[in-house]
Amino acid sequence: MSQPNRLDSGGRIDRDRPVHFTFNGARLSGFVGDTLASALLANGVHMVGRSFKYHRPRGIVGSGAEEPNAIFQLDEGAHTVPNPRATQVELYDDLVARSVNCWPTLEHDIGVVNGWFSRLLPAGFYYKTFMWPRSLWMTYERYIRKAAGLGESPMAPDPDRYERRNAHCDVLVVGAGPAGLAAALAAGRGGARVILVDEQNEFGGSLLGSGDSIDGVAAGEWVGRITAELEAMEEVTLLPRTTAFGYHDANFVTLNQRLTHHQPVRARTGCRERTWRVRAAQVVLATGAIERTMVFGNNDRPGVMLASAVSTYINRYAVLPGRQAVVFGNNDAIYRTALDLAAAGADVRAVVDSRRDAGGQWRSAAVERGVPVKAGCVVSRASGGRHVRAAEIYRLGDDGLGEAEDVIQCDLLAVSGGFSPAVHLHAQSGGRPVFDDARLCFVPGTSVQAERSAGAARAVFDLAGCLSDGAAAGAAAAREAGFDAGTVPEFDTAVVAGSPVEAMWLVPDRVAPGRGPKQFVDLQNDTSASDILLAAREGYRSIEHVKRYTALGFGTDQGKTGNINGMAILAGALGQSLADTGTTTFRPNYTPVTFGAIAARDVGPELFDPVRRTAMHDWHVENGAKFEDVGQWKRPWYYPRSGESMRDAVNRECLAVRNRAGILDASTLGKIDIKGPDAAAFLNMIYTNAWNRLGIGRCRYGLMLGEDGMVMDDGVTTRLADDHFYMTTTTGGAARVLGWMEQWLQTEWPHMKVYFTSVTDHWAVMSIAGPESRKVVERVCEGIDFSSAAFPFMSMREGRAAGVPARVFRISFSGELAYEINVPANCAQHVWDAVIRAGSDFDMMPYGTEAMHVLRAEKGFIIVGQDTDGSMTPIDLGMDWIVSTKKDFLGRRSLSRSDCVRTGRKQLVGLKSRDGVTVLPEGAQLVNEPSDATPVPMVGHVTSSYFSAALGHPIALAVVKGGLTRMGGSVHACTLDGRRIECEITSPVFYDPQGERMKQ
Amino acid sequence: MLKIKCPWCGERDQSEFSYGGEAHIVRPAEPDELGDEQWGDYLFFRTNTKGLHREQWVHSGGCRRWFNAVRDTVSYRFHGVYRHGEEGPGKDEPGSPS
Repeated sequence: MSQPNRLDSGGRIDRDRPVHFTFNGARLSGFVGDTLASALLANGVHMVGRSFKYHRPRGIVGSGAEEPNAIFQLDEGAHTVPNPRATQVELYDDLVARSVNCWPTLEHDIGVVNGWFSRLLPAGFYYKTFMWPRSLWMTYERYIRKAAGLGESPMAPDPDRYERRNAHCDVLVVGAGPAGLAAALAAGRGGARVILVDEQNEFGGSLLGSGDSIDGVAAGEWVGRITAELEAMEEVTLLPRTTAFGYHDANFVTLNQRLTHHQPVRARTGCRERTWRVRAAQVVLATGAIERTMVFGNNDRPGVMLASAVSTYINRYAVLPGRQAVVFGNNDAIYRTALDLAAAGADVRAVVDSRRDAGGQWRSAAVERGVPVKAGCVVSRASGGRHVRAAEIYRLGDDGLGEAEDVIQCDLLAVSGGFSPAVHLHAQSGGRPVFDDARLCFVPGTSVQAERSAGAARAVFDLAGCLSDGAAAGAAAAREAGFDAGTVPEFDTAVVAGSPVEAMWLVPDRVAPGRGPKQFVDLQNDTSASDILLAAREGYRSIEHVKRYTALGFGTDQGKTGNINGMAILAGALGQSLADTGTTTFRPNYTPVTFGAIAARDVGPELFDPVRRTAMHDWHVENGAKFEDVGQWKRPWYYPRSGESMRDAVNRECLAVRNRAGILDASTLGKIDIKGPDAAAFLNMIYTNAWNRLGIGRCRYGLMLGEDGMVMDDGVTTRLADDHFYMTTTTGGAARVLGWMEQWLQTEWPHMKVYFTSVTDHWAVMSIAGPESRKVVERVCEGIDFSSAAFPFMSMREGRAAGVPARVFRISFSGELAYEINVPANCAQHVWDAVIRAGSDFDMMPYGTEAMHVLRAEKGFIIVGQDTDGSMTPIDLGMDWIVSTKKDFLGRRSLSRSDCVRTGRKQLVGLKSRDGVTVLPEGAQLVNEPSDATPVPMVGHVTSSYFSAALGHPIALAVVKGGLTRMGGSVHACTLDGRRIECEITSPVFYDPQGERMKQ
Repeated sequence: MLKIKCPWCGERDQSEFSYGGEAHIVRPAEPDELGDEQWGDYLFFRTNTKGLHREQWVHSGGCRRWFNAVRDTVSYRFHGVYRHGEEGPGKDEPGSPS
């Protein structure tokens, strides 16, 4: 067997199922049931990475979510995962992992020089050094990121599928350790709908790595028994491999379920992760506690591990992380781990207990076992380079260190600085953790939402206590959710009398912090005790500021092992209590969540941002249209013929409309059916012009303002009957306009009898424009007299088009004689084909949005949102002719506000480049005199600009300060490439200024 | 994420709703009689209440109806919802329709 640290028996691994994997290029093996971390330790691999700032060698520290060091780049290509914790990666065949933070290799890392100069890299180093000169920050940053970066994001699109699921339950139990299992059991027996989640692959939590017994059987067996009972309950849902990562308002808890992570990459099928959005009536947080590190010199050497992690590796994974062990701490966990080590055959050379006179049964058991105990002593420094080699032990004096006690050679230094309840979710729910002076940890405070913590999550650390606390919490939660929980389950387990933890936040050293070897508080961010003390000396008082200055608690682990020590060290330096210092904010996510799981199925053009296509879309595709996105719509942009440039195609399409006929798919216009006795009165308030006297069958252009007087939307509305109107809006504004009208109707004028129905998708619209358009539509339509007398401009007639019931509108956005045929969308392709056939005798051409833009700009017709920007009034647009002075309407009063009537507002004008050939860039800024001293005052900008084939020269629309009074004058357009183009200010109407063509 | 009770549909997820700002801002009946400052007050100025706030919501992903709510802007807790024309809870509290 090639796993030198694997114990011969025990553990929850499957020795019949070996697993092969690759770490930094080396082929290694483990077993099903291993984590990547336990397999590495089994293979004798301790050093797994380099630290973030000083590039010091780092080893595996923990056994769960708290792991700060063992974060890798997992797998390759599109499947690569940056920064997973090896302690939470279940081992699978052909897993490939490599270290991050080291270059070129883990063994020979170039950044290690940072460690030699570490005196020069104090807290806030980056802030202090690289902010000057500011212009060089971008240069510095690239190298800093390269040197300090963690894992890399995959560059290929995510090949996996993710899902989202909503769920409701009576009791959500987070954590399936002893307290969580007991809680779920109590609530489940009471009939409550329970969801039990745990981040690990099997339930049991701490029980999986302990030698305890419950109800007369080994803890592991008890877990199986309880899990089986829960599984058999119909109303209970069990979710292993699921992390509750966020606790939001109204008991909304988000869960991340990992479905395929534990399988070999090639064997994965189906959904990779599922995000559960749970609404729970009651929540029980049985999230356990996280062991703290001890802060002493060189406490980051590979081989320095958390004591509970050592126990877990021995008991759960049958891995002995070291042969010659020293165990050091300030609480009873050290004796448990010493016993586990001794039982596994390790040579426990000393248990160093910072407490002078700790008693209790754990210590007695260790002493009985023959483990040497050094009470009232500390490990002040570790020595060794790539692995811990010895522990320097001192006796504690009255104030700092006393005499040197011993130097003990060791290859494993297990440490325990006490336990911090995982209060993260409680804090996210709105609770404020409070400091418990007796148990030396933050415990959940008053509940703000319907949640309660149980077990180690509220500092009940003994097994018997966890079981009864969990059962009581589960029963109480079920009761409050309306279930009679009946008898609360009781469990039988040994009660062990322990000895309380004593504070040891920063182990004293022979020299002052910063002078001796580094005493790390946050291993992932290389934050040492001296950094925190420096921050305090430099005047930082708030823990939130110190966090940001020193990076304490940043990173992928969010300081799970060392944060509290850091706060305590700050509190000590400031001479205040830990309670007064407080904690930093516990924000979601508890552990990192991949973006895929958050996006779930909301990806791609179909599901995230749906694509809308008109009824004639396929025809456009078949006829070679280039498309343009307008909102969610795909609109034909232009129809290039072979060898034709865009400009050629657009010119050809424009000339077809001006000289013969063209057809445009205008189906995307917003369409709203307005009905009710108060319809006209309502339109009077919504539009700037009057609607009462519009005749039936007549159309009118309308402008819509916000209450601030600024143009919001426009369109043509037609009266179909006395109480019935058909409104069109801009393509992009349809939903906004409908919502706007609904809001006013419901909140301000509920007495009005009028209804709005969106019919945008129901009607397809084809606009046939050009001097020959009448002849085209006459051939297609029946039942309509198209003579100008019978069917005048700005009116509508109903009839049939190619046999389909149709509304035909004689309106024009091109300035030419034009008709818009509206037919039910399902029949639209049939009608479109008929119109195309009819038009072929007149050489009618399809035209796209680009030609449409040119044609309307030649006429000075605005496009809301292109020629306007939310700061333009109708007066600014020269459209006072449409603003009624005889009635109220939304926005009217604002038009006389002082800012709206001042001189010098930007006004819509036309521009012609004086050279007669330059097409101005849209968005170009306009100045009066480019030779003026900089900054040259800007007087406006170009909003629309095209080459007009009909006129043979470029045209543009622009907004210019006081432009309406400057006709014939000059402005200069400034291009990005530095040209200054002189332009003449003209009327925005370039073509057929009398508007005769459309009325023919 | 909050739960909001639509007066027509019942309790639903916040994601089905859109916020509509302070409630009971009545559009002046005779805008022309207001000076610029008074009109500006109506147009732009809101109370920015800390505490109980009367505000408009619309069930935009549901029945599309507007309604009013009393919500605590500190705790986000809804103290009640009511339809337009109704008085709503705590009519003597600040911001209630007079």
